[in-house]
Parts: sequence; structure tokens; C-alpha cells
Amino acid sequence: MHPLVHLLVALIAILTFIALNGLILVYVERKVAGFIQRRPGPFEVGPHGLLQPLADALKLVGKQLVMPRDADRILFWAAPLLSFAPVAICLLPIPFGPHLLGLNVNLGLLLVLAFSGLNVLALCLAGWGSNNKYALLGAARAVAQSVAYEIPLLLSVLCVAFTCGSLNFVDITVSQTKHGLLSWNVFSQPLAFLIFFVSALAETNRAPFDLPEAESELTAGFHTEYSGMGFGLFFLAEYSYMIVVSAVASVLFLGGWSGPFFSGHWWMLGKIYALILIMMWFRWTYPRVRFDQLLNICWKWLIPLSLINLLGTALIINLVR
Amino acid sequence: MTTIQKTLKGLWSLIVGLKVTGKEFCRPWITVHYPRQEVTNLDSYRGHIDLVPLPADPRTPLCIVCRRCEEVCPSGCIRIEGHVPGEEKGGPVRQLLLISNVPLPHSAAREPICAADKTLRVLDGFSLNYNLCSLCGLCVQSCPVSSLRFSEDVYLAGASRKDFEFDLLKRLKHRGRFAKIKKAA
Repeated sequence: MHPLVHLLVALIAILTFIALNGLILVYVERKVAGFIQRRPGPFEVGPHGLLQPLADALKLVGKQLVMPRDADRILFWAAPLLSFAPVAICLLPIPFGPHLLGLNVNLGLLLVLAFSGLNVLALCLAGWGSNNKYALLGAARAVAQSVAYEIPLLLSVLCVAFTCGSLNFVDITVSQTKHGLLSWNVFSQPLAFLIFFVSALAETNRAPFDLPEAESELTAGFHTEYSGMGFGLFFLAEYSYMIVVSAVASVLFLGGWSGPFFSGHWWMLGKIYALILIMMWFRWTYPRVRFDQLLNICWKWLIPLSLINLLGTALIINLVR
Repeated sequence: MTTIQKTLKGLWSLIVGLKVTGKEFCRPWITVHYPRQEVTNLDSYRGHIDLVPLPADPRTPLCIVCRRCEEVCPSGCIRIEGHVPGEEKGGPVRQLLLISNVPLPHSAAREPICAADKTLRVLDGFSLNYNLCSLCGLCVQSCPVSSLRFSEDVYLAGASRKDFEFDLLKRLKHRGRFAKIKKAA
């Protein structure tokens, strides 16, 4: 197959997956919230409320797009697009199975990290372009948070890159298949995994680090002024980034597609959704942290710890070789 | 050292929190699933007031037209019409006449406001403007014959103020008719 055709097919498949995943995650999130609060969650539309996300999506699509009078027209509409567009590229190099990946590149990890960083810019533009104080406050928080948490995220990812000696997702996965379950990086790098997961929560603006949209303080933060699909794209992007970080976490630390009994994309999907369920569990358990607490966790704990972890890893690798 | 101890304690509290929500996640719902289920503990529910019928006849109210409830209501939402048998309907009915041979319920046991009067009266209308009612329950407390109670209509809803202006006597007769039909069946 021509590489371009392969890429096109992969992109279409990824976009379909993202859309389907958005529908599923909205439903699952609301059901998890419901069950944790001991109520049924969505129940009326379709059997057990299964068609609820579809109804929500139709509602969002059907809504009028409204822009505040003094908003910056270009930035305001560029922001949701910029938030959503990089998601497809982030999912391209991730191997869902031994042969199920869009793009096998040597710097796959770098590609994901680079393009997922664009999301901050989108939130910043949304906050600035809305000409709304709540949106601007949300954007300011988003920037401070993302810049801070990208450092421990990168440092913990580096640990894995050091041990595997590659930035290619396929190589990293294959390097974890040697001794079965025990060769998963989560066992050799538990601290890096924890730091990665916490930073990923902060990077995706998930609770308890959902300060940029903090609905109790900032109305809806950076997307206060967005209606209809403008909001819908931000929403979809958030859920897609959850998939991206969970997929990266499962490839880097949990052995990707490899697993006992049968290896393949089912293991990968299972790991991704297990991580997402844990993220949802967190969301409905923990209250939102204060802003100074958020930055203290990062600068006082995660960055020093990840630095120590990185240095230790480098030292051990040097000694072993 | 204390900082690390505090941090470890904090981390442990996070796990405890997860345990709590995880446990709740696995337990059954505690909410009432409304269209399919309805609440059962309606005894303590304070709906609008309703007339209590005679035990023997579900269409005739216990009310003796003493008009205490009308007098005691702070919102003035009760209006009673009645007449003495043999006299003209709609004529003036003297207010706050108490029948002394009817035992008073404990809550209403107080000094009679005026002299006892054993005149028999018939209730012609008992209108309640529920829009004004503050559900204080003074009328229920002060009824000497316990002819008033709170209804248990949880699902009361209406689109206009008119929907909440009730004729309680009519409602009682309506209910009584159904009760009779039920009994006959």
C-alpha cells in the first residue's frame, strides 16, 4: 500500500475512533458519577440511557454558534479547532496492535509530546479571544499549569526512553515483552509511572486538576463563551486527550498491546480504558486542588522526585552497561 | 521529616478516599427511580390541606363549620361557606362558634373563644387558595373535630395560579364517589 493511502486510512479510522470514543466516554463518565453517588445516571434515552450521549451530541450540533460582541473573531474560532486538530496526529504513532498503527516513526514519543503541547495554546487563545474575565483567568491557569506539569511529564517519560533506548512506541512495547508481565516498565519504574499519571491528569485538565474550567469559580473557565460545537470540540478534545495520555501510559509503562493469554489490540484497549476509568474514579473522589497547592505539588514534589528518578535511572543504566 | 510524614499521610488519605468511593460504586442505588418507582414515606408529607370525611360516609365532611381555621390562618387562604338547616343558603354564619360537646384534640385544647353553640350547620363550600398557603398547619392544629389533614399529593403540579385554587368540599365529594364505586365493585 502507498504510504499516503495508509496514512489517510489511519486518519479516518482514528477520527472515527475519536468520535465513537467521545460518545462512549460521555456515557461512561456520567454512569460512573451516578454509581459513585449511588444514583442510576442517565437512564431515560434508550435502554439504560445508552442513547443519551447521541442525544447530547445532536443537541450540541444543532445549537447556534454565538460569539461575544467584542471577542477576537479569528482567535475565538481558531481555538476550538486548534484544540481538536492535533489529537489525530497524537494518535497516529501509537501502536494499538503489532501492526495496527498509523505511522511507525522513530520519534513517535516526541511527536506525541510536541503536538499534545499545542492544546495549551488553544486554551490560551480561547481565553484571550473570548474577551471575558472568567475565560482569561481560566486561560492563565491553564498556561501556568501546563507549563509546570510538562516538566515532570517529560522527565518521567525520559526514564522509560533511557531504559528502552528508543523513542519509537513499537520498540518500547517490544522491549517490554521479554519476560512477560514482569518486564512491564511499571515494575521497573513505578515512581516514573506515578509521576507520569499525575502529570497527565494535570495536562488533560482532569479533576482534581481541572482549574482551567473550575465551574464553581470561573463559570466554565476558558470555554465560558463557547456554545454548540465550539464547546463540543473542546469537550471532544478533552476526552481524546484522555485517550492519548492513557495510550501513551499503557505503551510506556504497561506493555502496550502485550499481555498474558492473547496479545493484541484488545489488551491495548483494555489498558487504555482501565486507566481512563481510574481517571474518572479520581474525578468523582477528589475535590479540586487550590492553585498554589497545584503548583506546589509540581515544583516541590514532582519535579525534584522525577529528577532524582531520572538521575538514578541513568546511573543504574551506566553501571549495568 | 515532618513534611515527609505529612505527605505520606496525605497520600494515604487519597487511597482511603478512593476506597470510600469505590465501595459506594459497587453498592445499589439509593435514589427513587421516579417514573418506575414512587416514594412510600408519605405519612410525614405536608401537602395542601384536605377535608376528612365521616367514617360512615366518605362524601360528607366531618367539618362543623366553626370557622376556626378560617380565622387562624395567617395567610387568609381559607374561605368557608355554610348554612344552618332550615335557614337560607348563603346567609351570614356567625363566626367562631364552638360545639362544646365535641371532645377537643390535644393540640387544640385551649380556652373557647366564645360561648358554646350547638347549632348544627352544613358546609356548602371550603375554598383554599393554595398559592397563599405557607403550610404552617395552624388550621389542622386548631380544628376541634380533626376535620382537616395534610394531603399526600406529592406530584401536585399546575400551569397557572388558577390550578391551585381548590374547592376542598368538591374534592372530597369527588374522592367519596370513587370510594363508593370501589366499595360497590
